[in-house]
Amino acid sequence: MPSLIDLNLEGLQVARHRPWPRTVVDSAVWSFAARMLSERQWQLLSLWGEPASVHMALFDPRSGEVGIVSLDCPHGSFPSVAAKHLPALRLERTITDLFGLKPDGAIDDRPWLDHGQWGVHTPLGAKTDASSPSPAYRFLPVEGDGTHQVAVGPVHAGIIEPGHFRFTVSGETVVRLEQRLGYVHKGIDGLIAGADLARAAQLAGRVSGDSTVAYALAFARAVETAAEIAVPARAVWLRALCAELERLANHLGDIGAICNDAAFAIMLAQFGVLRESVLRAADAAFGHRLMRDVVTPGGVARDLDDAGTAAIRKALAVVRSKLPELIELYDSTASLQDRTVATGTLKPALAEQYAAGGFVGRASGRGFDARRTLAYAPYDELRFDIPVLTEGDVDARIWIRIREVEQSLSLVDQILDRLPRGDIFIAPTLPAEVCEGLALVEGFRGDILVWLRLQGGVVERCHLRDPSWFQWPLLEAVIEGNIIADFPLCNKSFNCSYSGVDL
Amino acid sequence: MRKLLFESLFAKPLTEAAPAPDDAATAELAALVEATARRKLGRSLAIREVDAGSCNGCELEIHALNNAYYDVERFGLRFVASPRHADVLMVTGPVTHNMREALRLTYDAVPGPKWVVAVGDCARDGGCFAGSYAIAGGVSAVIPVDVHIPGCPPPPLQILRGLLALLEGVAGHKPAR
Repeated sequence: MPSLIDLNLEGLQVARHRPWPRTVVDSAVWSFAARMLSERQWQLLSLWGEPASVHMALFDPRSGEVGIVSLDCPHGSFPSVAAKHLPALRLERTITDLFGLKPDGAIDDRPWLDHGQWGVHTPLGAKTDASSPSPAYRFLPVEGDGTHQVAVGPVHAGIIEPGHFRFTVSGETVVRLEQRLGYVHKGIDGLIAGADLARAAQLAGRVSGDSTVAYALAFARAVETAAEIAVPARAVWLRALCAELERLANHLGDIGAICNDAAFAIMLAQFGVLRESVLRAADAAFGHRLMRDVVTPGGVARDLDDAGTAAIRKALAVVRSKLPELIELYDSTASLQDRTVATGTLKPALAEQYAAGGFVGRASGRGFDARRTLAYAPYDELRFDIPVLTEGDVDARIWIRIREVEQSLSLVDQILDRLPRGDIFIAPTLPAEVCEGLALVEGFRGDILVWLRLQGGVVERCHLRDPSWFQWPLLEAVIEGNIIADFPLCNKSFNCSYSGVDL
Repeated sequence: MRKLLFESLFAKPLTEAAPAPDDAATAELAALVEATARRKLGRSLAIREVDAGSCNGCELEIHALNNAYYDVERFGLRFVASPRHADVLMVTGPVTHNMREALRLTYDAVPGPKWVVAVGDCARDGGCFAGSYAIAGGVSAVIPVDVHIPGCPPPPLQILRGLLALLEGVAGHKPAR
């Protein structure tokens, strides 16, 4: 089997694309890459478009290599990847919606993000006028006696992001779930194109509010890689500190919220307190509860002082003192376990096919974690385990979060103990010549990918790929055969981002 | 679980209501919210939250209002699942074109008298997303807004302050809606 690196010999390697190669290939090589995905040799990291080209980021799990292949589309089309490899489907439909490029041999020609409300079609491509109303969205048909449909959303019964779920059920059992997203599409791709660094960083940090640190970090690292900017060591460690605090806060919130969806409210109350402790420490240390705009290209915007360190250590002590008895409570409550064990099971083969990241992948046997697999600084110098389970049910996704909370507590300790002294910021200067950067960062939900091209002092083009692209479709798969009342539980255990994929 | 419950029963509440001198503003706020809410709306104010395009940051902080530290329900402020049960529509985000109709329908489903609270910088005028082909604008571009709470996202206490401002506004005049 060819290694990913061999692909570079099959095309024209793009200059100043860092740190991994990007190669412009012909349609035969493009199709070959799609076939390698379908044969599970490689994994799809992302698929995105530009007005006249498409790009596919690939990961070779055997060699650990990352690479991008690009295809020019002078005739406005490219060989469909989704036809061979289903995980590409929504990304491919998005390319068509935004840029108007058509996949040859497409298996689903319905729009994805374009709900016919923008007044324009292909807004980042030819921008054709869309004054005539679009036809109604065609949900997938279900045939058979005794089934009925339940339509939920976009406005849900809770404080939650909007999206539409179309359930087809037989009695109480879900026969099919079809998601329709795109409601919070803000056009971030279009807004970032041509933006200066400060504006682009602001937008990147607002793709998904709960992952603002991870997004800002991925964006900053992509910029710094492209422009070959060396960030001060203290900033690198402070970024990891922010990232782990964000992971802690989100996991703590999730564990409580999942249990609450099984009507076990005491866990929500208790974990809500722990989450709040972490957020307050973040506020004391970095001046913002969610640490928004703290990570910035060139370093971090705010240094950690002794008071901040003390606040973080105090919050950690609170979490450490409470966590064991709460884990014990989860583990020993039969009525709760009855809801979570063997519910919403994701088979490892499917997690592998979709290259599912985060707790979704790691609860189903996929051990990928960008902090370990790609070992970016300072994680190459830190001790931590990547918990992996194979059960793939709601219970396993809770346990992965519990174990990751423990790991993050340890990581925060290590970072505070070893935090280097020195500068926290170096003013980023962008080179005159075109350069490109790719970064993968482990957010709490999984790996976030940012690719960008810098040109003439601005971000000429930027692609931000949320981990949820490869998790949402799996939620459709795991709910099949479960009762509809377990959907909130399954959904919360996935906790996919709407804003992150709608962009 | 019994141990945890007993502990909670006898432990000092985490809820920050104690009118300590250093926390006078919070205490005053708490008292005011309570008095005004009761005067105008009886014992409670039911809030329906709608994300009309936010990044989800505002939702996180609105969620936090329900945790033990803020415990917003002690003021009679309560989040409800249906707009039919709501007095207040709390809207976050720049309104995306894809959410415009859903927001409008949700607003129409709230029985009068009703008020709209727009939460977050984006909800004022679209914030950093303004100008995009996908954005209709701030919340007031689609439905009338009574109070705007700034912040990116506003912390829970700030949201509580905004609700107070609304209640004071309510005391002054009857809404046309």
